[in-house]
Amino acid sequence: MIKMEKINKTYGKGSAQVEALKEIDLEIKENEFVGLIGPSGSGKSTLMHIIGCLDVPTSGQYFFEGEKVQEFSSNQLAEIRNKKIGFVFQNFNLLPYATTFENVELPMIFKGVSAKARRAKVMELLDRVKLAARAHHRPSELSGGEMQRVAIARALTNDPRLILADEPTGNLDTKSGEEILKIFEDLWNQGHTLVIITHNPYIAECAQRVVKLRDGLVEEDSVRNLG
Amino acid sequence: MIRLNLFRLFYRELRQQRKRMSLTIVALAWGTFSIVILLAFGEGLNRQMTKAFHGLGQGICIVFGGQTSMPYRGLGKGRAIFLKPEDVELLTERVSGIELISPENERYGNTLTYGRKSVTKMVIGVSPSFEELRTYYPERSSRFVNPTDIDSKRRIIFLGARIKEALFGGEEAVGKTILINAIPFLVVGIMQDKMQNSMYNGPDVEKAAIPFTTYQAIYGDKYLDRLIYKPKDLAGSEAVKNDVIRVLAQKYKFDPKDKQAIDFWDTIEQEKLSGKIFLGIRIFMGLIGALTLIVAGVGVANIMYVSARRRTKEIGIKMALGAKKRYILSQFIFEALMIAFVGGAGGILLSFLAVSGINTMSLKGFVADILAHPVISLNIMILTALILSLIGFLAGFFPARKAASLNPVEALRYE
Repeated sequence: MIKMEKINKTYGKGSAQVEALKEIDLEIKENEFVGLIGPSGSGKSTLMHIIGCLDVPTSGQYFFEGEKVQEFSSNQLAEIRNKKIGFVFQNFNLLPYATTFENVELPMIFKGVSAKARRAKVMELLDRVKLAARAHHRPSELSGGEMQRVAIARALTNDPRLILADEPTGNLDTKSGEEILKIFEDLWNQGHTLVIITHNPYIAECAQRVVKLRDGLVEEDSVRNLG
Repeated sequence: MIRLNLFRLFYRELRQQRKRMSLTIVALAWGTFSIVILLAFGEGLNRQMTKAFHGLGQGICIVFGGQTSMPYRGLGKGRAIFLKPEDVELLTERVSGIELISPENERYGNTLTYGRKSVTKMVIGVSPSFEELRTYYPERSSRFVNPTDIDSKRRIIFLGARIKEALFGGEEAVGKTILINAIPFLVVGIMQDKMQNSMYNGPDVEKAAIPFTTYQAIYGDKYLDRLIYKPKDLAGSEAVKNDVIRVLAQKYKFDPKDKQAIDFWDTIEQEKLSGKIFLGIRIFMGLIGALTLIVAGVGVANIMYVSARRRTKEIGIKMALGAKKRYILSQFIFEALMIAFVGGAGGILLSFLAVSGINTMSLKGFVADILAHPVISLNIMILTALILSLIGFLAGFFPARKAASLNPVEALRYE
């Protein structure tokens, strides 16, 4: 599904230059469940932003479904993010003034889906994350676990193949974290490709494959046999 | 369909930011209001002053006799020059640029009596053209002195509004007979009340006019007190004035260059001058308006700027979810237009209300007559609203464009 060749990412200039990623080679196949782990500053988030077409590498080749991402315009990148990738963030990143329904609806508005179709899809997704009763609440009226479920529903609206999650349980208590994890497992079983950054050892255990980064390099890449 | 969805979303987001929105709208409305009101009063002042000035007459020259200040063909200086009744005919014949002309004689201290009431007022003897020259317009179903009155030396009288008020009160005056120093006169006309800020020997509403010929028959004045003429066109007024001087100089034997031999009150010249003064006042008002506009503009700009900055993260979220740059920018444009429209319309409405409120209060007195008639200028109103909107728009647009050109990661990181 994605393929990276000699990906470099540097921030800043001159002596303040930081090499976040060094010559990363990585391939992720359809329907893989990848846990991305490593200490802070190891480059996990940077890697995920590049995978998610939120950022572009300083050098190297990145192929998304066989297409060269470097050559895309910002509008084409926006389209990929909109249609092919779903994001889940540690701090949820919901629009604070919009209701649950409106937050989930948003990617479909950008895609240009009709109001009727949007409504059906949003209700289906909220059912799936068990939040139908909260459709007209604002984020400030929801618990952390609920907010993250809204974010997951939002990530799924345009039926993306790839779900990227950055510490999805980092701000949640254990019980909510388990609920979220359960949803991710279901998604994997339904055929989605998952890349999850995590410090949560439990998630890392669930993942089929664990990629460990350190100082911008892949330190370990292990596929687990989940017999 | 897609566009409509977008606008619905924008609208929902706008509603969520009521406080900021209402602040911006108030700033816009207030800016528009203050400038429109300021300039409305300026324009009202200008119009009322002009109207009051026209109470004397519009585009007329008043000619008085004088005293020579230069020797001429053996005659010494210091000779008095008196205008004579026949000068009217002379000037009519010799100066083709004159449209209307009238002699005027006057006498103070006449007792005007109706029934048991009497007042002591000035009586003037004039020609029919005096009506047009000096705006002695009659009220409905009454008239001024006419040529038949002149020919037949009729004893008819045209009363200033205050004299009519003093003698008759609310009673009908036209058709009644009054006495001027025991001579009976038929009242044929009452003058419309008028604003007048330029005058000689008192306001016109305090004077009574009779036919020039009748006046001569009673008082027998040898000389004119003055004569009044109006040139055919304003542009040629200077040439007409020179012709008048030339003809009179020839008759009364004074140097045409002698400025004091006859005395001119040139209202055309005066109006040009006061026009310049009002232009100055307008520029001054405009300047104050512009400064106010800048202050209001800075306020609007500030609010829009802060708003765009604060929403950088929100812009990041939307971009992460697949919003294109175009979408982010069109949202800000839509917002600015909405705010501009509501704020501008509010300011315009407010100034309309204020102006019509002041105009219906019907304040009395000369100061109120002059000051309390603001006139709204639609152009200024629209221009002001547009300028403020543009300032607000630019102030919101640039930070939004900057945020939209960030990569989504940076925008997301913004707190």
